[in-house]
Amino acid sequence: MSSDTLAKASSAPGIPEYADSLPIVPRRRLGQWTAAVAVLVLLGLAVNSVLRNDAFQWDVVADYFTTDAVLRGLWLTLWLTAVVMTLGFVLGALLAAARLSANPVLRSVSWGYVWLFRSIPILVQLLLWFNIGALYPHILGVRTVDLLGPVTVAVIGLTLHEAAYAAEVVRGGILSVDRGQIEAAQALGLSRWRRWWRIVLPQAMRSIVPPAGNMLIGTLKGTSIVSVIAVQDLLYSVQLVYHRTYQVIPLLMVATVWYTVVTSVLGVGQHYLEKHYARGSERTR
Amino acid sequence: MSVMVDIRSVHKSFGSLEVLKGIDLAVHTGEVTVILGPSGSGKSTLLRTVNHLEKVDRGTISVDGALVGYRRSGDKLYELPEREVLRQRTRIGFVFQNFNLFPHLTVLDNVVEAPVSALKRPRREAVEAARRLLDRVGLADKADAHPRQLSGGQQQRVAIARALALEPRLLLFDEPTSALDPELVGEVLDVIKDLARQGTTMIVVTHEIGFAREVADTVVFMDDGRIVEQGPPADVLDAPQHERTRSFLSKVL
Repeated sequence: MSSDTLAKASSAPGIPEYADSLPIVPRRRLGQWTAAVAVLVLLGLAVNSVLRNDAFQWDVVADYFTTDAVLRGLWLTLWLTAVVMTLGFVLGALLAAARLSANPVLRSVSWGYVWLFRSIPILVQLLLWFNIGALYPHILGVRTVDLLGPVTVAVIGLTLHEAAYAAEVVRGGILSVDRGQIEAAQALGLSRWRRWWRIVLPQAMRSIVPPAGNMLIGTLKGTSIVSVIAVQDLLYSVQLVYHRTYQVIPLLMVATVWYTVVTSVLGVGQHYLEKHYARGSERTR
Repeated sequence: MSVMVDIRSVHKSFGSLEVLKGIDLAVHTGEVTVILGPSGSGKSTLLRTVNHLEKVDRGTISVDGALVGYRRSGDKLYELPEREVLRQRTRIGFVFQNFNLFPHLTVLDNVVEAPVSALKRPRREAVEAARRLLDRVGLADKADAHPRQLSGGQQQRVAIARALALEPRLLLFDEPTSALDPELVGEVLDVIKDLARQGTTMIVVTHEIGFAREVADTVVFMDDGRIVEQGPPADVLDAPQHERTRSFLSKVL
């Protein structure tokens, strides 16, 4: 802007010469204040009703919160989540690599896998695996029911389900990496392995971590479905107690609070992981 | 004078579109060849065939006496295993229009990566060499920055240092200044001119006519997948023989 136009602006009608000393009064935001107050009141009522409703039996919740049975259930939920996530993402990465390969057979098989396992509800799949003995009474000469206990069935079913989603997450991450990155690495003579681990994957992780974090939290809660095949996870453990004591609500609260605690911890972990993989993506420092 | 790059009757199609329709070109050791031509004339594709980023459909390309991407046995060309192609590429530096620096690595690690992983140099030695190269392109103080913290001109200079780190026999530049703000073009061209003065063999695809006039030993004008004419800048730029060259130059000058 030239000094000429500035001079014109300051001599506009009604604006005095000392324009830079005029205070600015922000617009009043009545709507925002009303909405905030309304939400706080509703929230207060909800919290009040939870705390004042004796049927929650918070003392019972406290009694059972750290009992052995509950902690054993929590432990199973945690390791089942870890195993399913790990195996699911290993299988998912292989499926993604197959889907992106030049080999049409591998591409089609990978596509078919994702299509099939995303189409079957996890509950249906678990029940199918649980009853696989009806189809194959013996596997490698061993009775199927002996080979595939409920926990093994849970791991297999959840992993196969997880892998279908992980494959799409990993594939999306790889596709998000600019094609020029691979060409630059090729032009520099980097081996296929080095291109993958040093150049593509670290950049793909930026797009993989947020949905993977979502999946991790989803899987943690999703493992509660294994209670239908009598695997003693966190949910099934509290169910065993309330089937005996009829304190349904407080024991469901035990599970609820534990799920919330673990989910929160995982959320914090995800935040730091995202920061780690965002290296070099900020413009200024 | 020995021939560094020998391109013979190279053909290349993408689907039904023929982008290279029989290219013959010799680049002599220590010379700078500048390729000019309108968009879609095939000049970038030609450059990319020289380090086998694009495979040719027909014809041969040799660099420093060795066929690129193939091994000849009798009257057949056998495609080389990837390992061999990668080894050939370490002797051919390539600088991209969009820099293609690795954004998650520091400037120093961008330059060190190839010597360490492709040439198996000890890291300490590679770091020392990289710092010297960064100093040479005027970016010694940016070694620990990440590429996105640099201007376009600085990024392209890092990309040149990265290509030089392999001590290539030949440097290829694919429109190195086309993605830059006009005020940043000069600093990159200065680095390339400096390399030219030191006798580096280079092929430069560019739209910078002034640069071609100043630096090129040979100017090649391409149109529609063919070389229309080639020769010293004084001939091709100032006294073009072909109408097509004349009309192109009249539009860009």
